[in-house]
Amino acid sequence: MRGNIILRVASKLLIPCILLFALYVQFHGDFGPGGGFQAGVIFGSAFILYALIVNIESARRAVPAVVSRVALALGLLLYAGVGVAGMFLGGRYLNYSVLAEVPTTGQHLGITLIELGVGITVAAAMITVFYVFAGEER
Amino acid sequence: MAVIGVALVRLRDLFGVVMLSGLFTLTAASLYVVMDAVDVAFTEAAVGAGIATVLMLETLALTTGREKVTRRRSLAPFLMVVVTGAVLIYGTLDMPRYGDPGAPIHQHVAPRYIEESGREVGVPNIVTSVLASYRGYDTLGEVTVIFTATAGVLALIGRSRRTRRRKGSQTTGGDQDAR
Repeated sequence: MRGNIILRVASKLLIPCILLFALYVQFHGDFGPGGGFQAGVIFGSAFILYALIVNIESARRAVPAVVSRVALALGLLLYAGVGVAGMFLGGRYLNYSVLAEVPTTGQHLGITLIELGVGITVAAAMITVFYVFAGEER
Repeated sequence: MAVIGVALVRLRDLFGVVMLSGLFTLTAASLYVVMDAVDVAFTEAAVGAGIATVLMLETLALTTGREKVTRRRSLAPFLMVVVTGAVLIYGTLDMPRYGDPGAPIHQHVAPRYIEESGREVGVPNIVTSVLASYRGYDTLGEVTVIFTATAGVLALIGRSRRTRRRKGSQTTGGDQDAR
């Protein structure tokens, strides 16, 4: 699809918007619909679109497979780590109220962090699975 | 949705099947919007209609675009489907009406979540507060499932190019053996 100029130009316009929308969904999930899962999928889909339109090699240069695999584990570790941090601060596992002075602030911080972890893992999972499928040649 | 379902079964061209299944999930997503479950609809549209379709197309590119037609017609699968469908429909007969405030699911912990989440968690979207705070363990489990699934995909077909090339140079058969 290297020669298709309409697709290339349109996706060039779209991809920044998709990434921005993913970040909006990620951090606005407390107030509207959305959250880590949806944001991760949208974020990953931007890279998949890039890989489909341009080519898989440039996408691999932008996000190497190693990065997406490390991010896959990192998101889960962030989630679990927030729970452990709560334990060290004297609460129960995954109780965010102890993360800050005011319980609701702690809850807010905890939710933002674990949603970020969810988003990282989901986006990395999407990109990794896509790479794996695209890397298999016939 | 029923029409799309029947078309899915009848169609032999797998490219069309993938497109139709994407359409099916998109219809499901709009159904969720009608039922006021925006968060679920969002996920359904993004994952089901978007990513799943792309992955299915990738799989088609790896395999083949035509379904293998078997002429043999057996009664057992048909009977099984009919019985399962009948049991499922029988199960819905006992369900309370949609949106009924007296339904058991609205009597258990839901009122506490709705009344207390503003004070305890302080996040305007109750779905988020339930998902991330009250049900934090479950969400952690979900993320673990995603992680494990991806790790499984990697273990099955995700050997990196480097190892594949190394194997290819070692075996005398070359490319064919490395896969």
